Amino acid sequence: MRGKCGLFFESYRAEAAVFQSGFQKTCLGLFVAALLLSPWVLDSYAVSMLNLICIAVIGAVSLSLLTGVCGQISLGHGAFLGVGAYAAAQATMHGVPFLAALLLGGFSAALAGMVFGVPSLRLKGIYLAIATLAAQLILEYVFLHWESATGGSRGLIVDAPQILGFSFNNERRMFYLLLVAAALSLLMVTNVLRTRHGRAFVSIRDFYLSAEIAGVNLFAYKLAAFGLSSFLAGVAGGLWAHYTLFLSAEQFGISLSISYLAMIIIGGLGSITGSVMGAVFMTLLPEVLNGLSGSISSVLPDISQHINALREGVFGLVLMLFLIFEPEGLANRWRLIKAYWKLYPFAH
Amino acid sequence: MEYYLQLFINGLVVGSIYSLVALGFVVIYKATKVVNFAQGEMVMVGAYVCFGLTVQLHVPFIWAFLMTLGFSVLLGLAVERLALRPLIGEAHICVIMVTIGLSSVLKSVVQLIWGTQIKVYPEVLPTTPIIIAGMPVAPVYIAAFALSGVLFAVFTVFFKYSRMGIAMRATAHDQQAAQSMGIGIRGIFALSWCIASVVSTVGGVILGNINGINSHLGVLGLKVFPAVILGGLDSLLGAALGGLIIGVLENVCDGLAKDLFDLGGFREVAAFVVLVAILMIKPYGLFGTEEIERV
Repeated sequence: MRGKCGLFFESYRAEAAVFQSGFQKTCLGLFVAALLLSPWVLDSYAVSMLNLICIAVIGAVSLSLLTGVCGQISLGHGAFLGVGAYAAAQATMHGVPFLAALLLGGFSAALAGMVFGVPSLRLKGIYLAIATLAAQLILEYVFLHWESATGGSRGLIVDAPQILGFSFNNERRMFYLLLVAAALSLLMVTNVLRTRHGRAFVSIRDFYLSAEIAGVNLFAYKLAAFGLSSFLAGVAGGLWAHYTLFLSAEQFGISLSISYLAMIIIGGLGSITGSVMGAVFMTLLPEVLNGLSGSISSVLPDISQHINALREGVFGLVLMLFLIFEPEGLANRWRLIKAYWKLYPFAH
Repeated sequence: MEYYLQLFINGLVVGSIYSLVALGFVVIYKATKVVNFAQGEMVMVGAYVCFGLTVQLHVPFIWAFLMTLGFSVLLGLAVERLALRPLIGEAHICVIMVTIGLSSVLKSVVQLIWGTQIKVYPEVLPTTPIIIAGMPVAPVYIAAFALSGVLFAVFTVFFKYSRMGIAMRATAHDQQAAQSMGIGIRGIFALSWCIASVVSTVGGVILGNINGINSHLGVLGLKVFPAVILGGLDSLLGAALGGLIIGVLENVCDGLAKDLFDLGGFREVAAFVVLVAILMIKPYGLFGTEEIERV
C-alpha cells in the first residue's frame, strides 16, 4: 500500500479499471498461485469441494448479473442450468467436441432463458418471480418426461470431457478446467459491467422509467440480461454434467434455483465478489454440517437419519438470519473488515 | 364422460383447498404486499399439529382442531414478528427469500418431529359415499367444499362490514393514509398473518382427512400461485374462483393428457402452463387491481 489512505483516480480509465491498485493485483496473484498449487497439497475430497465451488461460482455470478445487477428476479435459474447440462451432454454423446458442446449448452440455455424472459417486458417484481417459477416447473417436467433426450427418471450417463485428446478424468485435472472456466466467467461478467450494457442493466434495476427516458431500450436490455445470464448458467450446467458424469431431473429442481438465489443474497446482491463468497459459503455449508453431524453422532446416534431435514432447516435459518441481520451480505462485511484494518489502530 | 365428471368433482374439491390456501395468500398480500412462499408449509404444519394432537396425544378431533387453530394463530404472530417485520421496506427479492427460508425451516422442523412417512388421519366422517346426480361422492369431499364455502362467506362479511376488516382494506389501499386515520399498521400486519395461518391450517386439516399427509405437502404452496394470479393477486373473490378453476383445470387436463397423448403426471404442470398464458395476456388476473403507471 502506498502512502495515500484511499484511491484517488486521475482519469476515467483508472476509475474503470478492473484492479484498481497494485496491492490488489499482488493479493489476487498470490491467491491464484495458491489455488493453482492447491490440488497438489489437498486430498481429493477437498479438491472435489473446490470443483463444486468453481461450478457454483459460475452459476452464482450469472444469476447475480440478472438478479443482482439488472434487478430481474429469477426463480428458474436451476432449470436453465439443467437445459445447458442436458444440451451439452447430448452434444458430446453425438460426437461434438467438448468445448463446442459447452458453448452449445450455453446457447440452448440462453434460448430457454430468453423465451421465458419475454414476459419480463410486461412483468415486474413478484409477477416476474412467479413467471420464472412457472418456467422452472415446466422445464423440470420436460426434463422428467422427454425421455429420448434426458433419459427421464433413469438419468443420463455422461463421459468425462476431452479436449484435443486430453481427458480430464480425475479431480485434479478437472479442477484446472473448472478453475479456468470460472475465472473466464468472472472476467467476462466484470467486463460486461463496465460496458454500456452493464450500466444499462444497473439503470434498469435502479429505476426502469428513468432508464427508459435515458434511452435504454428496456425490452432489449432485459432480454440481453436474461440471455447472457442463462448462457453462463448453461455453461455451468455443461461443466456440471461433465463433472458429475450423471444427470437426473431431480438435480435441477427448484431447490437448486433457490440455493443460487441464496448464494447471491448471502454474498451481497449485485456484487461479483459477493456472489463468489456466497458460492463458497453455500457449497461448504452442507459439508460442514455433514462433518458436524458425524462428530456428534457418538452422542446422538440417530442424527444421521435426520441429516437431510437438518440440512434444509439450517439452510433456511442461515438465509433468514442473513436477510434480517446482514442484508448487505458477506461482501459488505468484508468491505467493513478491510476498512477497519486499513486505518488500524487509528480507526475513529 | 363419467370419468371426466369424476375428475371435475375431484377438481372442485382440490380446488376448494387451493382456494383456502389462496385466501390466506391474498390476505397477506393485500395487507402487507408480501408474497408468501411459505403458505404451503403453513398448511403442512397445521395438518401435522392436528395429526399429532389427535393420533399421538389422543385428543378428541374437535378439541384437537380448535387447539390447532390456536396454535396457528401463535405461529402466524411469531412469523410476522420475527421474520417479516425486520424486513419492512426492503426489496421484493429479500422478502421473497425470507419466506422461502421460512418454508425450509418449517419443512425441516416437521420432518425432524414426524419423519417423512405418510401419516393417515383417523376417520372423522363416515365413509359411505353420498350419491349426487348419480355420482358417488365421499362425505369428506362435501364437508371440505362446504367448509371452504363457509370460510369464504365469513371472510367476505368480515372484510366488508367489521371494523377490523375495513381497517385492513384501508391499510391495503394506502398505508400512510390509514396510519394517519389512527389505524395501527403493525396490528393489521400481525392480524393478516394470523388469518392466513388459520385458513391454511383449516386447508391442511381438510387435506389430511382426504389424503393423509406427508412432508411434501408444502408443494401445495406453489400450486397457489396459478390460482392467485388467475384471480388477481389482491382479490378475495378472485382467490376463491381462481382456486376452483385451477383445481378443475389441472384434473381435467391431466385426464386429457393421459387419454390423448399418453402423458403421465401432467397435473403437476398444467396449472403453470395456464399461469404463463395468463401472465402474457392479462397479468392482473380476473379481479385484480391493475397498476397503471404514468410518467
